[in-house]
Amino acid sequence: MLSGYPRLRAILLRIAQAVPVVFGVVVISFLLTRALPGDPAVYFAGVMADEQSIEQTRIALGLDKPLPQQFAIYVGNLLQGDLGQSVSSGRAVATDLANRLPASLELTLTALLLAVLVAVPLGVWAATRPGTWVDHLCRIVVTAGVSLPTFFTGILLIYIFYYILGVAPSPLGRLDFIYFEPDHVTGFYLIDAALAGDWETWRGAVKQLMLPSITLALFTLAPVARMTRAAMLSALSADFIRTARAAGLSGRKVLFGYALRNALLPVVTTLGMVFSFALGANVLVEKVFAWPGIGSYAVEALVVSDYAAVQGFVLAMALLFVTLNLVIDLLYTVIDPRIGFVSQ
Amino acid sequence: MAPGRLDHFIYVLRSNPVTLLAFGMLFFILGCAVFGPALVPYDPLATNASNALQAPSWQHWFGTDNLGRDVFSRVIVATRLDLTISVAAVAMSFVVGSVLGGIAGYWGGWIDNVLNRVLDTIMAFPLFVLAMGIVAALGNTIENIIYATAIINMPFYARLVRAEVNIRRNAGFAQAAKLAGNSDLRVLAVHIFPNALPPMMVQVSLNLGWAILNAAGLSFIGLGVRPPTPEWGIMVAEGANFIVSGEWWLAVFPGLWLMMAVFTFNLLGDGLRDIVDPRKRT
Repeated sequence: MLSGYPRLRAILLRIAQAVPVVFGVVVISFLLTRALPGDPAVYFAGVMADEQSIEQTRIALGLDKPLPQQFAIYVGNLLQGDLGQSVSSGRAVATDLANRLPASLELTLTALLLAVLVAVPLGVWAATRPGTWVDHLCRIVVTAGVSLPTFFTGILLIYIFYYILGVAPSPLGRLDFIYFEPDHVTGFYLIDAALAGDWETWRGAVKQLMLPSITLALFTLAPVARMTRAAMLSALSADFIRTARAAGLSGRKVLFGYALRNALLPVVTTLGMVFSFALGANVLVEKVFAWPGIGSYAVEALVVSDYAAVQGFVLAMALLFVTLNLVIDLLYTVIDPRIGFVSQ
Repeated sequence: MAPGRLDHFIYVLRSNPVTLLAFGMLFFILGCAVFGPALVPYDPLATNASNALQAPSWQHWFGTDNLGRDVFSRVIVATRLDLTISVAAVAMSFVVGSVLGGIAGYWGGWIDNVLNRVLDTIMAFPLFVLAMGIVAALGNTIENIIYATAIINMPFYARLVRAEVNIRRNAGFAQAAKLAGNSDLRVLAVHIFPNALPPMMVQVSLNLGWAILNAAGLSFIGLGVRPPTPEWGIMVAEGANFIVSGEWWLAVFPGLWLMMAVFTFNLLGDGLRDIVDPRKRT
């Protein structure tokens, strides 16, 4: 079946592989909600609950039923997009997360873009001069970057650029209070403000975004730069590069036209792992910069023991990450003509 | 260690001064953890309101915090706790990962399939977020921070051991050991598993740095270690409130210390990789 369409087959196979992982993620997050020491109903009802509301919660969550049946109810609720009720905000967890997700994504994606723009040239530069001071410097910078605790880098940047130099705005949220929020279209302030043609607000949003995204970018720089360097080194020693050089192509053409294009494939794969780091570090960066994303939502929920919100956040992050990996892999299938033609 | 290996070790260290530096820093940090609490000039918990928020000086090298506690003493004393958490977590994931990976790699079959699915599932979470979820679910204690860090590190070891065991299970020396009358378990544990140790050491070193970052990150957002216990993540979190008013030393020194510890383990991991497998340097 489908043997005439190797690429389509590869894509379908990859999507099928994601199914057990999603199932596993749901099982783990179910176990996490039920692993609470003591009575989960007490936790989910909140701190202020009395006997009666605890009993109501117990029945609403199906906690009086056997475990497999509880799992069925849990999955049923998930399929309807119901992640439970947040005790602290009083709204559905899914609504809260959806409201705050664009802020997190805007921050993470900007940071990743910054990291790639710096890391790829750095990796190429180091790979073309292996063993020289450039290479060693690259290695030390990269190792230092990954050793920086993101929350510490953020605080340091605030101290330097806000307190000493006074060039950065106060590290409180996505937009200074002197600007109006742009009309909600995508939830990404940069895009929304640009769509509305409000460049004053756009600049304000960029200023707020600058420090947190640099903080996050410094952390994600390292794996991308390393992978670029390694992939470039192996691409540069390949036969087709020697052939291209022997054919008299210019160094520039060989480096960027042939070596880099081949080296980018493993780099794209690494981006999946980097995204995992970024989503974790995001939580810390959001707390430091009072960024109103889902990470700081989870931290606030943790402080007041709002378990439905925390576990909803964990599940949402995992699903986001699985989806992203899937997209990256599919992209890879599309970019790399070799995939799908070899027997798997 | 065979003399050849030792010569190689010295050769690599001499040609790579960065790794030598990393070893030096490691001994310094271990020294802080072992002797620090006995040597620090002040009691890390003693408050002194009249001496609060003093800038660094000869009396207080790293200044004092908002309760007048000596930041230097607190930073040094915290070394032991931070190292204990990460070493305990990494040791736990090393043991559990080795056992699971060894069994899956040697016997294969459905055990292998199940293990791979479970590892895939764990890796499908952004790992720091999973650690948050585990600590939130199990309860907010230091032990649970250790368990959570161990769980998120475990897949790396299990995968590594599984791969190393798998490629050797039918190797000549393994078959010879089997024919000589050794049990499967003995062949696996005594003949095959030691081959996985060198790459595991690299992983341990890199993971230790990562485990410290994780634990400090968790306590930064208020999980695990509680104040007034000195711990780097908490100290940075407490100091963050004073950074916008210019009292930088509260957050900067514990942060630098934390960074130095992680940096040491990362450099060491890279250096060990050069010693273990010179080809894999990236």
